[in-house]
Parts: sequence; C-alpha cells; structure tokens
Amino acid sequence: MADTTYREAIREAIREAMRRDERVFLMGEDVGPYGGAFGVSLGLLEEFGPERIRDTPLSESAFVGAGIGAALGGMRPIVEVMTVNFSLLALDQIINNAATLLHMSGGQFAVPLVIRMTTGAGRQLAAQHSHSLEGWYAHIPGLRILAPATVADARGMLWPALRCPDPVLIFEYGGLYNASGELDGGAAVDIDTAAVRRPGSDVTIIGYGGTLSTSLTAADRLADDGIDAEVVDLRTLRPLDDATLLDSVRRTHRAVIVDEGWRSGSLSAEISARITEQAFYDLDAPVARVCSAEVPIPYARHMEQAALPQPAGVVAAVRAALGRSDG
Amino acid sequence: MTTADLAAAAPTDRAEHHYELLRQMLRIRRFEERCVQLYSATKIRGFLHLYIGEEAVAAGAMAALTPADAIVSTYREHGHALARGIAMHSVMAEMYGKATGCSRGRGGSMHLFDAATRFYGGNAIVGGGLPLAVGLALADQMADRPVVTACFFGDGAVAEGEFHECLNLAALWHLPVLFCCENNLYAMGTRIDRAHAVTNLAARAAAYGLSAVDVDGMDVLAVETQTRAAAEFVRAGHGPYFLEFRTYRYRAHSMYDPDRYREKAEIAQWQQHDPIDALVRRMRGDAELDDDALARLDAEIAAEIDAAVQAAEEAPLEPIEDLTRFVYAESRSHDG
Repeated sequence: MADTTYREAIREAIREAMRRDERVFLMGEDVGPYGGAFGVSLGLLEEFGPERIRDTPLSESAFVGAGIGAALGGMRPIVEVMTVNFSLLALDQIINNAATLLHMSGGQFAVPLVIRMTTGAGRQLAAQHSHSLEGWYAHIPGLRILAPATVADARGMLWPALRCPDPVLIFEYGGLYNASGELDGGAAVDIDTAAVRRPGSDVTIIGYGGTLSTSLTAADRLADDGIDAEVVDLRTLRPLDDATLLDSVRRTHRAVIVDEGWRSGSLSAEISARITEQAFYDLDAPVARVCSAEVPIPYARHMEQAALPQPAGVVAAVRAALGRSDG
Repeated sequence: MTTADLAAAAPTDRAEHHYELLRQMLRIRRFEERCVQLYSATKIRGFLHLYIGEEAVAAGAMAALTPADAIVSTYREHGHALARGIAMHSVMAEMYGKATGCSRGRGGSMHLFDAATRFYGGNAIVGGGLPLAVGLALADQMADRPVVTACFFGDGAVAEGEFHECLNLAALWHLPVLFCCENNLYAMGTRIDRAHAVTNLAARAAAYGLSAVDVDGMDVLAVETQTRAAAEFVRAGHGPYFLEFRTYRYRAHSMYDPDRYREKAEIAQWQQHDPIDALVRRMRGDAELDDDALARLDAEIAAEIDAAVQAAEEAPLEPIEDLTRFVYAESRSHDG
C-alpha cells in the first residue's frame, strides 16, 4: 500500500467529488493555475477546467457568500479560504448567512456548502497566518466543524461533508500537508464521531488536527514511563461527540486536553466543562489543558515553538494528573 | 410581457395592468399602516422598518420579473415580499411570530423567506445579501438557466465592502444579477452626502463595468419599464445590470427612530411626488379609474388585511419543543 500525503489525499477527495457530482466545483484565491496557496488543487484545473476550478479575486466575503448563494441555487460548492485568519474577512457571510439561513427561513433554505481552510502555526508565518480560530467557529449553531488529523480523514471527510445539507467547515492543519500515511482506498469516513487513536487506561489525552500528533508523541514517551495513555482525536469540533469523550474519561478517570487555540474562552474550555458537568464523579484529578500561550503567534522559531503545545508539556500535564509531577 | 408588448398593449389591457400596479402599491401601504397600529398595540415587536413612500420600486420591479427569477432582499422588505406574491396572511403571521408565518416565527419582519416564490430573505446585515445574489446567479449561469437574480439593497449598502466585491465579481463573471439599489437618501439617519464622496451611485456601479442607470423610483411605470429592459439584458446573458431607484421613505428608519435628522419640509416635498397619488392621477386622467373602482379597491385591500390580521391572531405559536429545529437539516439525504 503506497503512502499518500495529507495534501494529496485532499486533492484526491476533491477530484473524486468532482467526478461523482457535476454540481461540485472549487472556488477560491489562486486555486487554478497556481494550484492553491498550499498546492492542494495542483492539476485539477487541467482536468476540470476554469468553470469548475474557479479563481476568485481577493474578495473573501464575496466569494464565500457566493458559495452560500450557489449552494442555495442547487450547486455543491467547495470554497477554499487560504487561512483561518483570512476567513475573518468572510465572517459575516459564514456566521450571519451560512449558519442562520436554514433556521431563519423556518427550514426552507439549507446551505449545502463546504468551506476548506488552513489553520495552525509552526511554520514561522507569524500572527496573521498562524492562528487556530476553529474553536470560534465551533461556537456557532448551524455550522459543522471538521478537523482531519490523519490522511484517511483528509481523504474521507470531504464527500460526506458535501452530501450533508448543512454548511461544513473543514480545517486543514497547515503543518500536516506534507505528512504521509497509508491510505486504504478512498473510503468515506463518518463526520460525526471522535476516534480513539490509541487505547489506554491511565489517562485520556484529547487532541485534534495538529495536536493529535503532539498527543500521540506524548503518549509514546509516557509509555516509556509505564503510563498507559489513551488518545482521543475529536475529528468533529461541532457538534462534539460527547459520548466517545466521556466513555474514555470514565474508564481512565483523567483528562488532558491539547489544543493549539488559546485557553481563554476556548474549545478546550468547552470540553473541560462538558467533562466536569457529565463525568465529575468519575474523575480522579482535575481536567488539565495544554494550550497555546496567550500571545499572537510570533515569528522567531524559538518563540513560536515556546508558544505552542509541545509533547513535553503534555507529558508534564499527564504526570501531574497522575500525581507524578515530581518526576 | 416584454417592453414592446407593453407599449403595444390594447388600452383595456393597459388599464388592467395599471390597476394591478396600483393595487400592489396600495396593498403595501395599507398593510404597513396596519402594522404601525399593531406595533403600537404590541402585537408586532422587534424592529419594524417601513417602506411607505417607496412602494413604486417593489410594485414596478416585481411586475417585470418572472416566477423563475430569484429575489434577495433587505430588512425593509415587506413591500418586496407582498409584491412578489408571498401571501399577506403568511407575512402578517410572521410579524406576529406565529407558526403559520412564512419563516415559522423565526425571522420576523426583517427575515421573510419563501421558497415557493424564490424569495431568499430578508437580510438584516446591510450589504449581506449581495454575495448571496452573486452565488445564486452563479448557480444559474453554471446550470445554463435563463434566470435573473434581483438583489435589493439601499444606498447604505454602497458603503459596505461587500458591495464593491460583489459588483466586481458579478461583472468579472458576467453573472445574471440585477442589482436594484433603492436610494432613499438616508442610511438610517445619515444623509447620503454625509457618507459618500460620490453620491451618483449608478456612476459608481458603472466604474465596475456594469451597465447602470438611475430611475425615478417614485414613478411605478418608469420602474417597471426600466426593470423590464434591464432584466431582458441580464437574461440574455449580457451580464449584470445596476438600477439606482431614486426614492424616499416617509417614515422614520424604524419604530425606534425619533427622526431628528431631517426637516419635515423635505418629507412633505417628496410626498408631493407620491407614487400612488401619481398613478391615480394618471389613471383618472386616462379614464382608467373612477371613484367607484378606487373605493372597491380600497375595500378589497382592507378586507385582505383584516383577514390576514384575524388569521394571525388565531394562528398557533410554534411549539417550544421545536425551538431547536432547523439549526441543522433534519435529514442527511434530502438532496439525493
């Protein structure tokens, strides 16, 4: 079985969707001859032509909103926004229109739209290209939020997202585009549940997107110390799959959440609250969080790395939860 | 009816057509006058933005569109909704927040929606509907459907970034959008010359490569004729078109607005050009309307409004168990 990169997996998912459904098209900045800011759509223009691989002006609000309108009009658009930071220029359309139209219209107008964007730091791109704002979007009723952390999810989440009548935002972790993994065909995956990526019994480490690998690395190191960590990949940030999370925490009695977003008012805060609300009496330690430092992400490598969740921080948090902080 | 057909129409047909335009304008005005009473009686709550004075735009423009065309509107959309053909009882029930409302009580005055007439709201973010219209038109273009998306917005929207992004995109892609700018001179309380360095809005649209004209928005026949010509242009695949309807709202921005920012004399001056009075004068002059016919029309509209109010009064509320319905689609497979 050949290895595939995360980037190639997304490209193949787009290619497959466009072959299967002529209503599907890709629209965004430089998705055509340039091949996408991160190279995801390279080669698709040649196969599908400029009508369906559609370059847009730098008008995020207009082209995201046009995606919403095209979805209302019967198409199945995939809108690519370069980064989550840039998506703020389209926030009005995403939150005031995409997320509200079905409800505001009393169920008449669904918005079957997929918006893909890059999230996350680690590439020394500084404070306007590196933020992890998916937790903000996960605050919004009406949106579905996906965060593929594996090649299989990068490949398999797009088709069910396009089949879903609701607006779906897919957050691609920028540091993963070159990551590779085995891909077993192109099977669609579910877009509703979290996944246990590593079974364990002593603690539940909860990550998603870029922090899945941080969590798994930490779990490997903990194993060397005889600590058996379970790692849960959220996969779907909204609606959250409480059942998988709570089932794990009820077995391990400890939870450490790893999130590249800031901790204040965050997705990690939400998960912590849900665990506390629903599994408080199963806990043997306070829920812990490993998040980005509360600074705009800086450029210099040493500062950027210091700002981000690292495996060492996760290991320390787990050890503290187990009462082994003295090392 | 094409522009040529209209010009060639037999006198009786023309009279009937004028009568229908008058009927639509009067329905809108009397409906909103009743809404003011109902607001004072606390039957209607939230924001209520009245269209009174601007009726010629909705009545004339909608008469020039086909049922297959799409409409994107604003929060001042009662006139658009009624003239488009959404049943008055459904609009009134929505104002009451009832389950029988066109948005099942979830939208209210600012968010009227109706799939049957392709009425895509009711958008209360100024400029927020323009990208939707561009996208609807893109879908029609990609599917090769000869359909026009008419997008209504005010002079205030011209100050929003989305206006400029969308005019450019529509022109760049030759999309079948009919941009219908209702320039009523005020963005809430800010007069156009206090907000725009260039107040000729059609000229600004033309700068993006759109065909653009300004229209006397107080003359329903001019509105209809110009909209018909523009819609034909758009439908023929020549790209978007921009109509600047010069009009005026007599009432305050909303029920909360004390209207401190303009002189009463200015309102009175515009009322001299009232679109309903003007059409009535014209029809009387051409012997298309007499006192009896006008009285019958008034009575018919009063009865329609009474029935709508009574139906809204009697309609059920949406059950609270359904509060969270329609946040997400109820079936994953609705689109096959």
